[in-house]
Amino acid sequence: MSSGHHEHSEQQEHHAEPGFWQKYVFSTDHKVIGLQYGFTALCFLFFGFLLMLLMRWQLAFPGQALPVIGKFFSDSSMPGGIMLPEFYNSLGAMHGTIMVFLGVVPLAVGAFGNYVMPLQIGAVDMAFPKINMASYWAFFVGGVVMLVSFFVPGGAANSGWTSYPPLAELATTGQTLWLLGMVFLITSSLLGSVNFIVTIIQLRVKGLSFMRLPFFVWAQFVTAFLLLLAFPPLEAAGVLQLMDRLAGSSFFLPSGLVVSGQLMHNSGGGTPILWQHLFWFLAHPEVYVLILPALGIVAEIIANNTRKPLWGYKSMVYSLIFLGFMSFIVWAHHMFMTGMGTVINAFFQTTTMIISVPSVIVLSCLFLSLWGGSIRFNTPMLFALAFLPMFGIGGLTGLPLGLTTTDLHLHDTYYVIGHFHYVVAPGTIFALFAGIYYWFPKATGRKMNEVLGKLHFIGSFIFINGVFMPMFIQGLAGVSRRLFDGGASYYHAGPVLKLNVMMSVSAWCLALAQLPFIINFFYSMFAGEKVTSDNPWQSTTLEWATPTPPPHGNFTFTPEVVRGPYEYSVPGESSDFLPQYQPVKG
Amino acid sequence: MMLEWLHKLGLPPVASVHGVAVDVAQAGVHWLMLVLFVGWMGYFIFVLFRFRRSRNPQANYQGVKSHFSTYVEVAVVVAEAVLLLGFSIPMWRQRVEAFPSASQATVIRIVAEQFAWNIHYPGPDGIFGRTDPKLIDLTSNPLGLDRNDPNAMDDITNVNQLHLPVNKPVIIHLSSKDVIHSFGIPQMRIKQDAIPGMSVPIWFTPSVTSEEMKKKTNDDKFQYQIACAQLCGLGHYRMAGYVTIESQEAFDTWLDEQGAKAQTSGDDAFWL
Repeated sequence: MSSGHHEHSEQQEHHAEPGFWQKYVFSTDHKVIGLQYGFTALCFLFFGFLLMLLMRWQLAFPGQALPVIGKFFSDSSMPGGIMLPEFYNSLGAMHGTIMVFLGVVPLAVGAFGNYVMPLQIGAVDMAFPKINMASYWAFFVGGVVMLVSFFVPGGAANSGWTSYPPLAELATTGQTLWLLGMVFLITSSLLGSVNFIVTIIQLRVKGLSFMRLPFFVWAQFVTAFLLLLAFPPLEAAGVLQLMDRLAGSSFFLPSGLVVSGQLMHNSGGGTPILWQHLFWFLAHPEVYVLILPALGIVAEIIANNTRKPLWGYKSMVYSLIFLGFMSFIVWAHHMFMTGMGTVINAFFQTTTMIISVPSVIVLSCLFLSLWGGSIRFNTPMLFALAFLPMFGIGGLTGLPLGLTTTDLHLHDTYYVIGHFHYVVAPGTIFALFAGIYYWFPKATGRKMNEVLGKLHFIGSFIFINGVFMPMFIQGLAGVSRRLFDGGASYYHAGPVLKLNVMMSVSAWCLALAQLPFIINFFYSMFAGEKVTSDNPWQSTTLEWATPTPPPHGNFTFTPEVVRGPYEYSVPGESSDFLPQYQPVKG
Repeated sequence: MMLEWLHKLGLPPVASVHGVAVDVAQAGVHWLMLVLFVGWMGYFIFVLFRFRRSRNPQANYQGVKSHFSTYVEVAVVVAEAVLLLGFSIPMWRQRVEAFPSASQATVIRIVAEQFAWNIHYPGPDGIFGRTDPKLIDLTSNPLGLDRNDPNAMDDITNVNQLHLPVNKPVIIHLSSKDVIHSFGIPQMRIKQDAIPGMSVPIWFTPSVTSEEMKKKTNDDKFQYQIACAQLCGLGHYRMAGYVTIESQEAFDTWLDEQGAKAQTSGDDAFWL
């Protein structure tokens, strides 16, 4: 074993019983950090969702006072309960920022990655426990800065989650805090990614070769590389934009800008397009940071609940690596309408079409894994199964956006919003729910309630489609995104305007559909049905070999891996699953 | 057939020459999407039913043995290659390289600002007058046009009212004074960001006049609009420009009127 192991055992000897603060707050235990990430991210996910619910009021009933709740807002955001466009833009920018950087990524990588990955590779902890702790606290500070920004004059950042200059550079103080918050969040991700990479390379238990890794670990491994290589350009860009805002530089401002009829006396010579390149160089790989861990979770749950191996495990792994690589050279498809020549345009269109191939392969393998299975329809499996067609819709609707001809009409319309939400909301977030239901018994020793779980699933599934499906129709009609009145100013939006009410009602119902989850989560934590086995789902991977919940140091024995990750229903065996750590007979 | 469905869903009628080809590609991609989705879903629902635990208590370790999925993947790659090489790349080339000659086209400048579209016609001489950001005045000279420049004497400027003749190519040099906007006319299947510090040309040929479109859509209120597609600040939602596509004669008459107005008013505030 590597030095990480020794370091850790020593630590354990010296500090056998850490105090409250060290155990639950400033903990270096990957499981506690994972749970901290999980709770914080779930809170942010809920908060980001609430922002959207407010926006949906304005979109469905533009200019009308929001009853009851509207009274609680200040005159600078919703005077008399009627939303101001500045506030709408803040909500939009912060919804995107919070959902991506404070909700989904910390939950998918920080929580699931931290909690499950070391267990699945048989490690006692992450390679660098203190860096792990630093990563969480940097994330926490970043989140606090983002929240504080709502209360500065002018409100939170209001230039979109993409913060395009010059708009972002002319924006109010909230934008400065957004940039500072991002610097913390990026630092957190970088610390985390280094830790993940080293842990997966160095701390795998004996016998756990790369091709025996659970697919979830592979997903986290590739994700960590994406974070490590894609985030630094944005961190640099963020600092440059801070300089532009605070120190009078002009990295992203051209000469001769005239704002509200006044010539700006900035030094000039910069270009706003540079920001877009730096931003999307991160933000496209970021899409895969959002989706790969979700694919990992879904793969685990599908193998477990079909009681058979994943179909095409190796093709899936190679596709994953290829996806990771390709995700670095498609970024400019977000910039098709900035004025590109044929060659550059053809390059990015082609890479964009190529990246769809490994995505199709991974998704096909997951679909095909179902064939011949003995499918158990428990709550985690329902969410995992629903992920497949939802992610499929998200992927397919990417095609007309990836081809510039068709994108000419669809770029920056609601079609785009529908597309990426299908990938991330009923896609990734469904997978994250699946993961919560699946690993909850390991973390708490209690199962979540199945009836409430299924109620949560059915409500979410129906209403989330009610929110996002009509967006494709509005997009086809040519309705631009980020419109404060939902398109009411435009003739061409007329026929599809009424869909706004339907989408908003669906969104509010979707919020109600989360109540069973919230109740279930807290009820089950304290009073749920206790699991009678350390391996309640009869799974094959190593995280189920630990006591429940796993103690500090994780394993009570030193596991040794003797077979691949998904040896379910092996012919000639009496049991329908052979755990990776179960010694070979004879 | 797909195109009919897309129109039923909300796709606006097409009103430019190249837009027809855009729609053909749009229909093609959506066919591919539909076939894949329906195929996958058929398989998915069958499998969930056929291989549920109560029907199939013992899973099969091997699973799928056929190579059907490989063929599907190859078919997807081929379809994508056709769309890419057959439609998309050549069409983009046509959009950004095959510009009509300026003498054959209506040439204008459009400079976006928070939250309006400044439209600049070169006038009878066909040459745009000099502009300078220092001369910009929000009310009297939003383009910063130097009226002392001989080329600027006959220039016509206007806010949010874009008139174009039908069936004649239009070249628009697009720029912005302050932040990034995006110029789009949904029926023309055209879109381009307006970026400060850059002037990007686009071209298209309107093929249906506003009057014809009113008859076609059976709606007297039909209106072509410039829709801002890029978040540009608190007025982004209302940054609409109005487009009139008319016969060459009607266009010439309109342009003359605008020119006369500009001469008499002495500055560019006539539109206020």
